[in-house]
Amino acid sequence: MSSVATTPKKGFDFKAFLANNGALVGLVVLCLAMFIATPRFLTGPNLMNIGIQVSTIAVMAFGMTFVIVAAGIDLSVGSIAAISAMTSSYWVTTAGLPDGLSIVVGLAIGGLCGWVTGAMSAYGKLPTFIASLAMLTIVRGLTLVISDGRPIATGDSVSWLGGDLGFMPVPILILIVSGLIAAFVLNRTIIGKNAFAVGGNTEAARLSGIPVKRVLVTVFVISGIFAALSGMILAGRLDSAQPTLASGYELDAIAAVVIGGASLSGGVGRISGTLIGALVLAVIRNGLNLLSVSAFWQQVVIGLVIAIAVGFDVLRRKNVRH
Amino acid sequence: MSNDALLVLDRVCKSFGPVQVIDEVTVEVHAGKVSVLLGENGAGKSTLIKMIAGVHNADSGRILMNGKEVQIPDTKASEALGIATIHQELNLVPSMTIAENITLGRVPRRFGIINRREMRRIAREALDQLGLNLDVNTPVGDLGLAQQQLVEIAKALSLDARVLILDEPTAALTNAEIAGLFEVVSQLKTKGVGMVFISHHLDEIAAIGDFVNVLRDGKFIATVPADTPENELVRLMVGRDIDAQFPRQAATPGEQNLLSVENLSVGPLQNISLSVRPGEVVALAGLMGAGRTELIRAIAGADKYTSGTVKVAGKKLPRNDVAAATRAGLGHVPEDRKTQGLVLDASVAENIGYATMASTATAGLVDRKGQRERAEKVAARLRIRMGNIDQPIRSLSGGNQQKAVFGRWFSAGAKVLLLDEPTRGVDVGAKVEIYELINEITASGGCVLMASSELPEVLGMSDRVLVMSQGRIAGELATNEATQDSIMALAVSNVHREDEMGKK
Repeated sequence: MSSVATTPKKGFDFKAFLANNGALVGLVVLCLAMFIATPRFLTGPNLMNIGIQVSTIAVMAFGMTFVIVAAGIDLSVGSIAAISAMTSSYWVTTAGLPDGLSIVVGLAIGGLCGWVTGAMSAYGKLPTFIASLAMLTIVRGLTLVISDGRPIATGDSVSWLGGDLGFMPVPILILIVSGLIAAFVLNRTIIGKNAFAVGGNTEAARLSGIPVKRVLVTVFVISGIFAALSGMILAGRLDSAQPTLASGYELDAIAAVVIGGASLSGGVGRISGTLIGALVLAVIRNGLNLLSVSAFWQQVVIGLVIAIAVGFDVLRRKNVRH
Repeated sequence: MSNDALLVLDRVCKSFGPVQVIDEVTVEVHAGKVSVLLGENGAGKSTLIKMIAGVHNADSGRILMNGKEVQIPDTKASEALGIATIHQELNLVPSMTIAENITLGRVPRRFGIINRREMRRIAREALDQLGLNLDVNTPVGDLGLAQQQLVEIAKALSLDARVLILDEPTAALTNAEIAGLFEVVSQLKTKGVGMVFISHHLDEIAAIGDFVNVLRDGKFIATVPADTPENELVRLMVGRDIDAQFPRQAATPGEQNLLSVENLSVGPLQNISLSVRPGEVVALAGLMGAGRTELIRAIAGADKYTSGTVKVAGKKLPRNDVAAATRAGLGHVPEDRKTQGLVLDASVAENIGYATMASTATAGLVDRKGQRERAEKVAARLRIRMGNIDQPIRSLSGGNQQKAVFGRWFSAGAKVLLLDEPTRGVDVGAKVEIYELINEITASGGCVLMASSELPEVLGMSDRVLVMSQGRIAGELATNEATQDSIMALAVSNVHREDEMGKK
């Protein structure tokens, strides 16, 4: 109730910077620790490796950021990644249709799946958790049906997504470009601003004339398209679309968004934060691999990191509000 | 009088960052007395009671309980000292019964199993203390707000509360319910409970208070007896004279109807027809549940209606379409700004800009510079007091938040304002400023339909009064001929007529 003026700007407020960029500081500390623990961490090939590894999760998480900002959750992204990779490969390899369209087909399928989830939740009034949980199973099932449970070789276009452009791996290029696009859409367009308003207070947004249902559908379509892109990068790297591709990735994507400072109750989130969140996960996995920590223990560590990162964030918010 | 005080806040201070919110404030609570805290929104009342409740800790100063200095580091400590706070947002679980709520957190057990009989006995005893004749097995969600509040007070008493803090308990109650609450307060006085009472309604202070502590901008101004004249209290509170509480400047109404509603029906609303001409303020009066909010929301496009038409300047609006209503020049200031009006985490600029975001965008891109300029202009015009336009709106006081909701529609150029309790939870100074905004709208050829439970506001700010009862418009009065009695007579018409007859 009390009005609180903001601190006047005087020089660099280190405390405020720390509070607002906790994930970034964490990432830097993590990188330093990894560098001290093993010099192999800070080598060109290893960094490229991290870049490629982070790209699939990060691209998926960019789309997820839209849904979470709008106070939703999308559990279907892993399955959507698989079905998009599968249909784009089927299009070329099995159906023999022009390869040039395969990526577009994959993205369209992703968008369509997202639209279905969004419509179920906006018009069918299902909670987004349930709608996307249903789609997780439905879409994974369809992927198995299409592929008959067997991998399909990717077409040239999709394979190119997992390849190199000169010295630069294409996944990293896609990561950068899609990140810029996502940030632009989230911060500068009506779509993004509406997502923030709907996530912050659905009723207030509706009473201000914002088309809440359309916004909800749109964020799921965006999430579906990014998931599709992520799935095709993954298939491109393997030169084949597996029916089990990207299963469980939805949890990593959600973790990346949340570590990046977004709130699951909606209205808060940044693409840069999501990228940092994805990098934190990738650096930990990579570092633990370099240190030959067993894959079993890695899971324990990652779980702890998620809990600690979000715990810090909750504490920070508590101190800001009164 | 300090010797026998139950609770004393002695020169307490509190600041958040660079802002001194409480500056050497001294407040005393006496057994069997009601100590009123009076001040505009942002004066520090909330922070002060949060200190007593253990939510905030004082930076300096002492808190004395029965003459002994105490520390209240958290809410548990406050409870242990016998202090209970009844917040506006009640701490009850709607799905649980009255008995379960009253014993929440200290359920009586026997051999580890809940002793339901004992639980009901404790609850019964607590309700009897207040003379409440309610079934303890009723789920709290089935009760009205007023009764829920009393259940919460009963809960506090069963915890042996010696000091009861009532934070704007009357804000959402009808007059009859307020009378009931005050009866309970008088009983508690005789039981020796010390109370702190916060209210924006000056007339309630004389009715229930013993003395009044006035705060302004976090500073202690004075302690005066509760029978101090109202204009003196206002002067102490705002530090200046407020010329008129209701500065309505009637405009000459235009000929053509700007807003017309014909035979609108939905749920409890039956065949509502009304029209508002440019320059007019039409008030919707009536008891709670008469259908005022439902009517406002249906007109605004927020809810569906089953039949009827809504026209703005002769053009029919599609039903349940807020965006179309906005384009037609309607602006809706909803009943509860926190849950329906504002995105609390978003900035002041964003909150002002939601209604113009889509219409000013080019190719889907937000007009960031224009949105900001418009917000700044409106904020300056409405005198929204804030640090800067990018500050989260959560940190503004209630009155300034409400002005921002108005600002949204000013910035969108709305000609028809639909107001639902436009000054609820707003202090005197901001109230007058909001009334001046209403004058501005009508002077520039707009019109206002205002639902309000406050009869002085209805009488002071409208040109015509439509009184609703049981989902119908029971009658229309010209404001200059209306009185509180004539409005109430219409508001209760057809309501429980048999009951009244039976009692007589």
